[in-house]
Amino acid sequence: MLKSIARLSGNTLKITPSRLLGAPRFFSSNARLPVTSFSEEEVILQESVAKFAREVVQPLVKEMDEHSKLDMDLLSDCFNQGLMGIETPEELKGTGMSFTSSIIAIEELAKVDPAISVIVDVQNTLINTSIRKWGSKSLQEKFLPQLAESTLGSFCLSEWESGSDAFAMKTRAEKKGDHFVINGTKAWITNAEQAGLFIVLANADPSKGYKGITAFVVPRDTPGLSIGKKEDKLGIRASSTCEVTFTNVKVPETNILGEYGKGYKIAIECLNEGRIGIAGQMIGLAQGAFDATMPYIIERKQFGQSIADFQGMQFSYADLATDIMSGRLLTYHAARLKENGLPFVTEAAMAKLTCSRVARKVTSACISMLGGVGFTKDFAVEKFYRDAAIGEIYEGTTNIQLQTIAKHIKDQYK
Amino acid sequence: MNRILVPVKRVIDYAVKIRVRPDKLGVETANVKMSMNPFDEIAVEEAIQLKEKGHAKEIIAVSLGPKANQETLRTALAMGADRAILVETDAELQPLAVAKLLQKIAEAEKPDLVILGKQAIDDDANQTGQMLAGLLKWPQGTFASQVNPLSGKVNVTRETDKGLETLEIIPPAVLTADLRLNTPRFAKLQNIMKAKKKEIEQRTPEGLGVDISPRLTVISVEEPPTRAAGVKVETVDQLVQKNKKKKKKK
Repeated sequence: MLKSIARLSGNTLKITPSRLLGAPRFFSSNARLPVTSFSEEEVILQESVAKFAREVVQPLVKEMDEHSKLDMDLLSDCFNQGLMGIETPEELKGTGMSFTSSIIAIEELAKVDPAISVIVDVQNTLINTSIRKWGSKSLQEKFLPQLAESTLGSFCLSEWESGSDAFAMKTRAEKKGDHFVINGTKAWITNAEQAGLFIVLANADPSKGYKGITAFVVPRDTPGLSIGKKEDKLGIRASSTCEVTFTNVKVPETNILGEYGKGYKIAIECLNEGRIGIAGQMIGLAQGAFDATMPYIIERKQFGQSIADFQGMQFSYADLATDIMSGRLLTYHAARLKENGLPFVTEAAMAKLTCSRVARKVTSACISMLGGVGFTKDFAVEKFYRDAAIGEIYEGTTNIQLQTIAKHIKDQYK
Repeated sequence: MNRILVPVKRVIDYAVKIRVRPDKLGVETANVKMSMNPFDEIAVEEAIQLKEKGHAKEIIAVSLGPKANQETLRTALAMGADRAILVETDAELQPLAVAKLLQKIAEAEKPDLVILGKQAIDDDANQTGQMLAGLLKWPQGTFASQVNPLSGKVNVTRETDKGLETLEIIPPAVLTADLRLNTPRFAKLQNIMKAKKKEIEQRTPEGLGVDISPRLTVISVEEPPTRAAGVKVETVDQLVQKNKKKKKKK
């Protein structure tokens, strides 16, 4: 316990006085800002994305959900707005903003449509990040600009037989001179229907177990890559989830991300960051459901008074608001830790664990509070209720998060 | 045209539920969300569209008020303004004072157009643009729903109570933007970061030599009366009788 307190307090956050908005001008070493305080550009980004979500995304949400189809004009709009290359440096056509900026954008989008939010999340926290951190200079220069401007990416890790047990993957990469040949089938791949670029984890040396797993960058038009069945899902239906099959797909050696046999590291580290993104998505979802519910219950009258004035209801929404706040704090705390180069894996797992649970609790309670109308598709909350269910499953199930946290906690007490 | 000046005001966000302060001298502004006045957003958008079509080279956003107005200026820069000026003061600014300050800025910057929002959604004064034009002795095209620059002049279509009126105006001129002039863009993320690098020039009312002391005192601010229940009547005669009684009461 003491070890971890010392570790966390030894480092100061990089928020400087010039980035304070309306806060006192003096700055002493004791002054600290709340976890939820944003820099000037983060505030402008939040307002801009909120407006984009309200005006451009909102009108399309119902239709996309009903037909399980992403509107391609909307996808272009997301690229034009700069949402698909948030942390990518400006020289490579990105916007060069902070990691927290990505989380803010993901949260704001999720308040309107968690499906659009996850598309932006995967692009930024998994695809862009892995190429930015592990890609060779030439891979970065080749792919980051198109990922920022026009090309959607997919992260191919899971298979039918390996979800939580990701390292048991069966997809193989066989070395043949200056290239590898990939064979196998990936499942549950987000964005696959529209993606132009795939990051594929395949085992190049099964005799070494997981230490043979290698990450490859594979363009969609590579012969042998085919997109299979699209899942007909309960929620986040506008986000395509498909099977991707690799039949003798040739990938040049130069398309390896990071090092040969170190793909497992990339997978783990990317997902650690991705977890914070999902936390942001889930907490935005919870907030969106809550925001759709409160005005209704204030206006709805029964027994001569607003139902929001009944103590039972008051206790319910006070409790939900507190849960949402705690989830949000965990999320932005994890984000700032990561941004400042501090250890964040436990906090990220805690954030994802909490926010996905909060999303389910809040959406379920909101439907109950709304009464009969909450149970109809005319009201927004039933979609949030369906969308929330995936939060406890993808990017590390709830049990995996608990296991990760337990391991780190135990290490602190040894 | 070379330069367009766009004043932008930081006001309580349009979506906020306004509450009157207990001292009844104003509305609650503490911890309340603030944004750029929506009509000013339309003004900024118009200036940017004019620049994009090649009718202007430089857009200057200016705001008058406390340091927090920098937020509003950054949003204008993120939308596409080139430069920003903050005239910093914590004192109360009424339309005449604002017009006088803008007059000084306009005399220094020499814009071809000053485009303002027609009114601010907090005081709904609808005076600043008109006063500014008077002080500068420039022509004005207020409540503009269309701005068409032609060589050496600008055709401004105005929304009036009688319908649409188009004026041919020779710049330099003052225009005020009405609701249907355009739909403002949201700041692209790329431009938010570019805006960060643009400088915000700092000025003060004293530095500009303007007396900003208010000429009007607010005596009280009250909530509008709560809506009373309606009454149903059986005949038209009864309706007329009731209205006559109401008139007498007033």
